Parts: sequence; C-alpha cells; structure tokens
Amino acid sequence: MTGVGFGAFVRRAHDAGRLVVQPRMGMSSPERMRAGLLATRDAAATTVGTLTLDSYTRVGDLESAKLAVLEGVALNGYPLVSHERETTRKVLDGVLGPGFPVQVRHGSAAPQDIFRALTAVGLDASEGGPVSYCLPYGRVPLRDSVAHWAASCELLAALRESGAEPHLETFGGCVLGQLCPPGLLVAVSVLEALFFHRHGIRSISVSYAQQTHERQDAEAVAALRSLCARFLPDTEWHVVVYAYMGLFPETEEGAYRLLGKAAELAVSSGSERLIVKTVAESRRIPSVAENVAALEYAAAVAARTGRAPLEGTGNQTYAEASALVEAVLNLDDDLGAALLAAFARGYLDVPYCLHPDNSGATRSYIDEDGRLCWADIGRMPLKGIADVRAAHAVTSADLLDSLSYVRRSFDRYGPGGTREPQAPAPRGA
Amino acid sequence: MSPSSTTTAPGARPVLVAGGISDSHTWNLVYLQLLLEEHGFRVVNLGPCVPEELLIAEALAHRPALIVVSSVNGHGYHDGMRTVTRLGEHPELADVPAVIGGKLGIAGPCGDEEADALRAAGYDAVFDDSAEGVAAFRRMLDGLPQRALV
Repeated sequence: MTGVGFGAFVRRAHDAGRLVVQPRMGMSSPERMRAGLLATRDAAATTVGTLTLDSYTRVGDLESAKLAVLEGVALNGYPLVSHERETTRKVLDGVLGPGFPVQVRHGSAAPQDIFRALTAVGLDASEGGPVSYCLPYGRVPLRDSVAHWAASCELLAALRESGAEPHLETFGGCVLGQLCPPGLLVAVSVLEALFFHRHGIRSISVSYAQQTHERQDAEAVAALRSLCARFLPDTEWHVVVYAYMGLFPETEEGAYRLLGKAAELAVSSGSERLIVKTVAESRRIPSVAENVAALEYAAAVAARTGRAPLEGTGNQTYAEASALVEAVLNLDDDLGAALLAAFARGYLDVPYCLHPDNSGATRSYIDEDGRLCWADIGRMPLKGIADVRAAHAVTSADLLDSLSYVRRSFDRYGPGGTREPQAPAPRGA
Repeated sequence: MSPSSTTTAPGARPVLVAGGISDSHTWNLVYLQLLLEEHGFRVVNLGPCVPEELLIAEALAHRPALIVVSSVNGHGYHDGMRTVTRLGEHPELADVPAVIGGKLGIAGPCGDEEADALRAAGYDAVFDDSAEGVAAFRRMLDGLPQRALV
C-alpha cells in the first residue's frame, strides 16, 4: 500500500467522493489506440484508461495477431504482444501517468506473454483470473489455467520489488455475463482475489456484474464487500461494478437507463469503480465517441447519487457465497488445488457453461420479480441454503427470453414513457 | 438440453456446433444446441474458441450430419475462412455440409461480398444474426436428412 499505482488512484478518487469510470476499448492501430486513451483521459469524468487486447492474442494465436499487424488488418483489440515495445511506449507516452493509470484487459487463460509485454512498457494493472478467464473462454483445461495464472501473478508481483504496486482485478463477478445467480458470482470473485493474494498481489479489485434485479445486485455487492473484509487482510482492495454484460438494450433510451442503473448501483453500494457499456453495445464494438459519451453520462449519474451501502452479511447472496467460499477453502490448503477439486466435485458449477471441466449440472432462472435464482444446484454445497425451484425443461425460446429479459425491460419505455433524461448531462454536472 | 454438452439421443449422425477459433462467446452456442435438439438432432457442442485441428478431429470421429460454426466477436469472417479452408483439405469430409452464422464482421454484419467469399470457400450457407437469418437457418434444418424421430 505504497500510494502508487492503479489501486491507489482509485482509492484517492473514492476518498474524494468520486466514482472512477472506465471503458472497454481496444483498436489494433496504435494511432487510434492513443487517440482513444486521450479521449478517455480528457472526458468530463474521473477516468482510468483501458487497453483491451484482440482475441487472437487472448487465445495465444500470436502468429495471427502478428500477421494482422504486418498486413494492417483491423482486429477487435490492441495486439499488445505483437506490436513492437517501442510502438506501445509511443501510444502511452505522455498519456499514462500517476493521474491516468491504464489497465490491460485481455481474457487469457495463459497471460504470461501479456504480462511480460505490459510490464515491459511500464504498465502494471490487468485483470482476469484462473477460473473466470478459463471456463467461459474456450477449451484450455482448468488445471493449466490455474498453473498459468499462478505463474502470471508471480511475474506481476515481482514488480513490487522495485517499488511499484501491481494491480489485478477479478473477472469472477461476471463469468458468462448472464444467468449466473449472484451467490456464485460473488464466491468466484472472492476466491480469485484470494488466489491473487496467495501469489503475491497486494492491490486487488473484485468485480461484480450488474444482473437482473436492483435490490439483489445491491445485496450482492454488500456481500462481496463483507467477504473481502473478512478474507483479504493486508490488501488494498476495491469493488468494480460492470454495467450489464448480457444482451444490451437496442434503444438509446434503454441503453442509457441501464447504464444509469449501473452507475447508481456502483455509488450507492459504496463501490469505487464502474466499467461502462455504450448505446452501440447491442450492435457492434463501440466507437471512441460512444465510449466517451457513456463515461460522461455514468459520471453525471454517479455525481447525483448518494452512498447508502446495505449491511452485507444478512442476505441470501452472502449465505450462498460464504458457504461456497468456505467449502472450497476447506478442500485443500493450496487454493489452486482447491479450485480444481471444487470443479471436479461440482462444488462450483457455472450454469450453462460448456467447458469440459465444468460439471454442467446447475441451472438458473429469473423469477417473477426479476431475481436470479437456482433451478438446480447440482452438487454445490447449498442444500438448505439456496431456495431451489425446479424449472421445466428450457427450450431455445425460453433461453432467448431469459437472455433478453434485461434488454426487453429497458427497451420497453418509448419516448413519452416514464424514463430519466437520457442525454449526457452538461460538463461539470 | 442435457447437463452435458453432448446430448445422447441414439441413432442419427449428430450436428457439430463450434464457436469461431478466437470467439469466446457461449450463449449463441447454447441457443443453437437447444434449437437443433428441438429440430430432432443430436448435438455435439464443442463450445467456444474451437481450433481448426479440434474441429477436424471431431468431425472425422463423429461424421456429423452438419457442421455449424457460430461467431459473434467480429473475427467470424477471417476465422471462418481459416476453418473452412482446413476442412476442405479432408476429402473424407467432402459430403458433410458446413454452415456459418452470427455477427461476422467487426462493424456488425458482414457484407454480401464477404458472404459470397465464405460460400465460395466452402460453406453451404452463411447466416446473419437477424430474425431472418435464424428463420433461414431453421428452414435449412427442416430440409436436412438424418433427423432423429422425436
């Protein structure tokens, strides 16, 4: 806790009463990437920058990424490992600094190359996790991901020797983005934070992705904070809320209303940082201007929202998450081995996840009030804790219906309906 | 949908479902599995980020009635080209139809020119992720042989 780095920047902003907002943003062209970072920095909001990497780099297909760089083919993110180090230094020169930290977002189950590349250009913040960047993202065996992530954490943690405070954020609060009840999201987020800590990281953020029900989300963040306070000693930590990660509303009004709810959730729950989504989300990768508009809108909503965190230990999400975390920790003193055993036994089991190492015995549903609930807990140790209501077999139409629940709810209000003003507030608001 | 990613209805040749080489999205694949099962097919769902080698090995092992490649991350055109080119190197798979669909370009749907190129490279059909794309996919399924009687 040296006062330097990504975590300390977010802590200072929170102490000053401001929510840090951040985009997901990555372009393969260095010039466009630099312009995107500058636009993020100069937005009327307290921001941190993002380098989102392309999916070839994410899956370790560096040959394809390099070929795209050589041929100038546009990728869906910045190929950090394949660009020359000097190229990336120029992208960051005069942009990256104590007042504007930049985080690398990637999605890799084997991020050693990415972490080496980011530390080589003076960066020290990233995100992911051995579970959340493995199970939803492909076919890398969980055992390999755990080993890769242990090595990668240690690689990043070595920066502490030179006085830096490297930062990692868990992606565990998102997993597949939709239809995972919050008890499991919170448990995976906490377990990944503990994994980072055991491998030497002391500046950590824990994620939680906005789901289907405001009150349930507020309870989940409160539960997450209580579990971090309990399990993460001697660590500088904060909570990052992700604006909804599933099918986004198609109307501009709906998209802004949902983003506004995410900003309200972040501030009212006492969270320190928010990753935004944009009006373009339902159609394509957003432009820089769309991202800036989303950042400024979220900051304006945040500025008029008060902190009112709930008590964290008395709710359903805390009961489920704490039971899951304790059950996993009891499986093995080595947390990596415990995570492997937990998935092998079905103690952790992500609904609808197709990964071969996920049991796939759990199912979830959205109840009539909009809360995410368990239809089947499989072999997770939640008997007598989770309120399980077996659902009928899910059809493709039912699935689409559940996946588009939030989109439908937020697109419902046309012009003239009851909605908040959707235009970004004036600067300084 | 069964708890496992491979459904076990006996008999007919399965449909192989695969995400694009670099595409981590899952919900499109879960949806396709349910849809295919409702149309009477057994499904082998390879999940997201399927390398060409794995797809080929699974295709040779299962001799599927159909290969469905789904991509929504913007790399679908390039990834899809690579996959179908590699599939074409295996004459024993020449009689297995392969289709691709989703959001295939970085800027959203891919253009007619790219769709034509994908067909020329070996896909039997190219679908976008619109309601019309899904309807066209359903019509194609109804026209396929090898359906289990359910």
